[in-house]
Amino acid sequence: MNHVWIILIGALVGSSCSMLGCFLVLRKMSMIGDAISHSVLPGIVIAFLISGSRDSLVMMFGAAAIGLVTVFLIQMFQNSGVQSDASIGVVFTALFAVGVVLISLYTRQVDLDLDCVLYGEIAYAPWDTLHVGGHSIGPKAVWGVGASFLLNVLVISLFFKQFKISTFDPALAAALGIPVVFFHYLLMGLVSISTVASFESVGAILVVGMIIVPAATAYLLTDKLSTMIVISVLLSIISSVLGYYIAFLLDASIGGTMVVVAGVLFLIALFFSPKGVRHHVKFSHGA
Amino acid sequence: MTDPLTVKNLTVAYQKSPVLKDISFRVPEGKLIGIIGPNGAGKSTLIKAILELIPSITGEVEIFGDSYKNTRKRVGYVPQRESVDWDFPTDALDVVMMGRYGHLGWFKRPDKKDKAYALKCLQQVGMSQYANRQISQLSGGQQQRVFLARALAQDAELYFMDEPFVGVDAATEKAIITLLMKLKEQGKTVLVVHHDLNTVKEYFDWIMLLNVNLIGIGPTEELFTKEFLQKTYGGSLAMLDANSSPIIVSPR
Ligand SMILES: Nc1ncnc2c1ncn2[C@@H]1O[C@H](COP(=O)(O)OP(=O)(O)OP(=O)(O)O)[C@@H](O)[C@H]1O
Ligand SMILES: [Mg+2]
Repeated sequence: MNHVWIILIGALVGSSCSMLGCFLVLRKMSMIGDAISHSVLPGIVIAFLISGSRDSLVMMFGAAAIGLVTVFLIQMFQNSGVQSDASIGVVFTALFAVGVVLISLYTRQVDLDLDCVLYGEIAYAPWDTLHVGGHSIGPKAVWGVGASFLLNVLVISLFFKQFKISTFDPALAAALGIPVVFFHYLLMGLVSISTVASFESVGAILVVGMIIVPAATAYLLTDKLSTMIVISVLLSIISSVLGYYIAFLLDASIGGTMVVVAGVLFLIALFFSPKGVRHHVKFSHGA
Repeated sequence: MTDPLTVKNLTVAYQKSPVLKDISFRVPEGKLIGIIGPNGAGKSTLIKAILELIPSITGEVEIFGDSYKNTRKRVGYVPQRESVDWDFPTDALDVVMMGRYGHLGWFKRPDKKDKAYALKCLQQVGMSQYANRQISQLSGGQQQRVFLARALAQDAELYFMDEPFVGVDAATEKAIITLLMKLKEQGKTVLVVHHDLNTVKEYFDWIMLLNVNLIGIGPTEELFTKEFLQKTYGGSLAMLDANSSPIIVSPR
């Protein structure tokens, strides 16, 4: 049964991240996904200090708030003339460092292992189950990541046309009266929530792999946005399944192997898709 | 009958110094108007400020006697072609369909009717055989036509077009101008940013001369003169002789 749970958690993490990743890749904002996945760390720690547990909604929304603060700060620095890559770098490394300092200051109160936050430990996730009225209803991670997956599906399918047009042509979108800035922050909020929901299983750093790599691969394989999203989700599921078994065979980090598989799939697509060989690797300036 | 567009004392600045200074004008209905001025004159900025894409420092804009918020559906916009990423995973028809989004509201998705409408618009620009072509596989001129079709799909009465003739061949330019003239005949008002002074007289019944300040706006025969053009372009304008077309000495 644990095999199934771990694969399910991996697949849900992958699906919910890669879905958002498609929009980040197309907005040439892969780096922002990277930034958010790091800078939510202080949010996680602060929420942990306040609520005293790691599975609360407080934590989700605390981290989501920090994610939005990250995006806002990056934007603010850019507007005041700082180079865009420099402002991303300054904001996320600084916030991440704050998180590291907080963890080291409060090691006793905070039952958070920095290694675990960074690299995740999906192998133990099935043991940490959720109980309702004395009955176990499955691992907490499944519920947490599952909820963020459903949230992403709901929001993206509800506002698909708004996300699409404000990604392709923000000027026209704004002229049509679509609140482009709102959808920008909505997307960033979703990225933050997905990151936080996923960090325990694949780790904050590897989340970014699931955000960018399947989306970048799917971009090579199709000419249609909705298809790109579906393909990226399928790829992330394949990566989870294959990654799990390979990690099992090699006795390696499961989360790490899942992302490595995603990377290998990307290389295969790059060499064999006509689009990949033909031209432009647009995510080259990404994470 | 209220005018399609009234602008009063519009001033816009990106940083400190204004790129548009105290612009006031009125545009009557059913005119095809060329917006003319050198690079950096603020032509794109004027359109963006009117459409509230960038904030203005002072000024009032009325569209059909109302604020733009209330008249969005009556306004169509063609941005400069370079403003979007043509590698985006979508096809020509889908891009044109985006012109319908303004009529759809928050949750409604484009349906068969919108699709049929978009196809009709593609047909009007002679692009129906490319409906399902990935947009990166279209030539520059074809991409421009797709943008135009998208504006048609907005089904507007007042159009703003930013350099629709850039990078298109003579045939496409003819096709586009014919279409714009047809829009004008239907009583629509079209403002077009234009760079080729050789075709101004032929294309536009009104022109707006812009260079940070508004130099003038009115019927082409009144404003398309050496004096006005020199005021607009300064030293970079040369006239071969009084009767021939003016040429710009330092082109883009
Ligand atoms: N995003 C921006 N930030 C700062 N300054 C800007 C920005 N966009 C335009 N400008 C400045 O505003 C002025 C007007 O620019 P605008 O793009 O409106 O000119 P234009 O008349 O459309 O020129 P072109 O013929 O080259 O398209 C220019 O001096 C330009 O440098
Ligand atoms: Mg311009």
